Amino acid sequence: MTAVTAAAVGASPDSAPGSGTGTASGSPVELVDLCRSFGATRALDHLSLTVAPGELVALLGPSGCGKTTALRVLAGFETADSGRVVVQGREISRVPAQRRDMGMVFQSYSLFPNLNARDNVAFGLRMRGRKSADRRAQAAEMLELVGLASQADQYPHQLSGGQQQRVALARALAIEPSVLLLDEPLSALDAKVRLQLRDQIRALQTRLGTTTLFVTHDQEEALSMADRVGVMQSGRIEQIDTPSALYENPGSPFVAEFVGLMNRLPGTVDGAGAAVLGRVLPIRNQHRFPLGTSVDVLVRPEGLGLTPAEDGRHEVVAKTFLGSLTRVSVAVDGRMVLVDQPSETAARLVPGHRVDVAVVGATVLVADSTPPAAVPAAATVAADPS
Amino acid sequence: MAAVASRDLGAPLLEAPAAPSAPGGRRGRTPRVWRFVVLLLAGLYFLVPLYAALRFALKTSQGRTSITAFTSIPHQQGFMPAFTLSLRLALVTTVITLLLMVPTAVYVHLRLPGLRRLFDGITILPIVIPPVVLIVGVLQVAPRRLKGTPYLLALEYAVLAMPFAYRSLDAGLRAIDLKTLFEASRSLGGGWFKTILRVVLPNLRAALLAATVLTVALVLGEYTMANLDQYATVPVWIVSFDQDNSHVSVAVSLLALVVTWVFLLAISSLGWRRSRRAVRAGLA
Repeated sequence: MTAVTAAAVGASPDSAPGSGTGTASGSPVELVDLCRSFGATRALDHLSLTVAPGELVALLGPSGCGKTTALRVLAGFETADSGRVVVQGREISRVPAQRRDMGMVFQSYSLFPNLNARDNVAFGLRMRGRKSADRRAQAAEMLELVGLASQADQYPHQLSGGQQQRVALARALAIEPSVLLLDEPLSALDAKVRLQLRDQIRALQTRLGTTTLFVTHDQEEALSMADRVGVMQSGRIEQIDTPSALYENPGSPFVAEFVGLMNRLPGTVDGAGAAVLGRVLPIRNQHRFPLGTSVDVLVRPEGLGLTPAEDGRHEVVAKTFLGSLTRVSVAVDGRMVLVDQPSETAARLVPGHRVDVAVVGATVLVADSTPPAAVPAAATVAADPS
Repeated sequence: MAAVASRDLGAPLLEAPAAPSAPGGRRGRTPRVWRFVVLLLAGLYFLVPLYAALRFALKTSQGRTSITAFTSIPHQQGFMPAFTLSLRLALVTTVITLLLMVPTAVYVHLRLPGLRRLFDGITILPIVIPPVVLIVGVLQVAPRRLKGTPYLLALEYAVLAMPFAYRSLDAGLRAIDLKTLFEASRSLGGGWFKTILRVVLPNLRAALLAATVLTVALVLGEYTMANLDQYATVPVWIVSFDQDNSHVSVAVSLLALVVTWVFLLAISSLGWRRSRRAVRAGLA
């Protein structure tokens, strides 16, 4: 594995950087031990990250975790207090943004309002002193690539949000950057357009093989687009790994709860494992809880099973139809627990039914015990499958 | 009336949903009547004195109607030098003002956004400080070579125009996402100078025109400073000439007003035509 972070934990050995890319013509990127503070706030706390050529890495985390600062330090819009930025083996920490050879797509619409789509795309080439004919040809090619050749003469205010971001992507790629930076480019778009553009960006990045760093707070976006996802908290990368490895083997309770849905069940530390719902299961994460401590045991909805029983210990509270699966909400010791069941099986369950809940997974994560949230009254929720 | 967003020029107009007619059309008519009344009163307030001045200028001292007062203007002693001096001052002041104010306003917005209120306060000072004090201030700092030349007056006018120019530019900069545009340009290889030239200035066109229009109007109409500095600009010449021939003096005042107005219209229509061309190109 070539891409490892100093702060990362739990990176699985099967993760393959750049594996999703067709070619690997991009440049390798290294962020080494970066620190950056804004007053008393530490935005980057000894952050290290390596991105392999042609790889798409997503930085995922809540607001204020430092993901955008990391991207801006790489772009040259912020200067790190300490640490190094290395691209293609060359340190560029002190190189101004305009000489870093990086294409960037911003969260807000950033097309130049006074230029039409073609001139926007050609802007970077003009800054590089390319001839007018070359610029026009290259811009036309890039607009063709993002499916907007017929909109070349349109001005930004005449384009939809999705089209503007596609032009911005074409503009960023037209300069054939060594690294492509995406700063939450989909967050201003509506759900349908976001889904389409997400696929288009990934397809284009794969085709061109440009090394890409993508910042987002949307886990679905990160998991569906990236070769690897780095989950950030308080200026550090908690864990970086492939999407499936992150989901299946989260290294900490924070990562487990940030990526996908996670139930908290009351349990007790019992020898090498955790006692939960009548079973003792091995604990996956490192912890310092003494024997007998009450803890929260973290289990995903698909890691739980349901058995209808008239004298069952738990009660079905609600159901949410999700297509082939139904998410059943069950009250377990005063907590609301979500259990994914095949819809055929769940069809027989009605709010108010008694059931037994069991852990079907092999290992669990444990975290500090938190007080249970109030369980709402029983109700059936049927989400529209369309 | 079809409801069409003014910016969405590409949308098919025929598909725009028709707004339901307001129940009780009287409600819609009443404000329209008031608008007309207010417009009429404002028009009368401005036009009646102009009409009176025009009538006075078209009368000779013998009471006959004639355009002699207007045709004789270029031949009046001292008029042409005063006129060219005013135009020169307008040009130089505008250049100085824009060269000082554009980079300042851009820098404040980009790098010192926390100081925007302070700058708002500082730039309004020339309005509350008496012109004599401003003149003394400029004299203190002006290069020796400029003293005794009309360009010293241009420096004083630049101070006087600062509140209007800064506010126009400030409003223009607030209307665009300057930080993102700047960063987008830099990520594409644009340095500071190129970014200001190719990205910021074109998107500030309306604000630049407003700043220019206000500065030119101020310079062409300013009397106090020019008189104190003893430069015969058009307003100073009008006042001094008034004592000899009041009909010609009023004719010059009217002509100055018309020339200023035409000049401002020309500047404004320049921007208007360019934006129309841009929209038309977008629709092609």
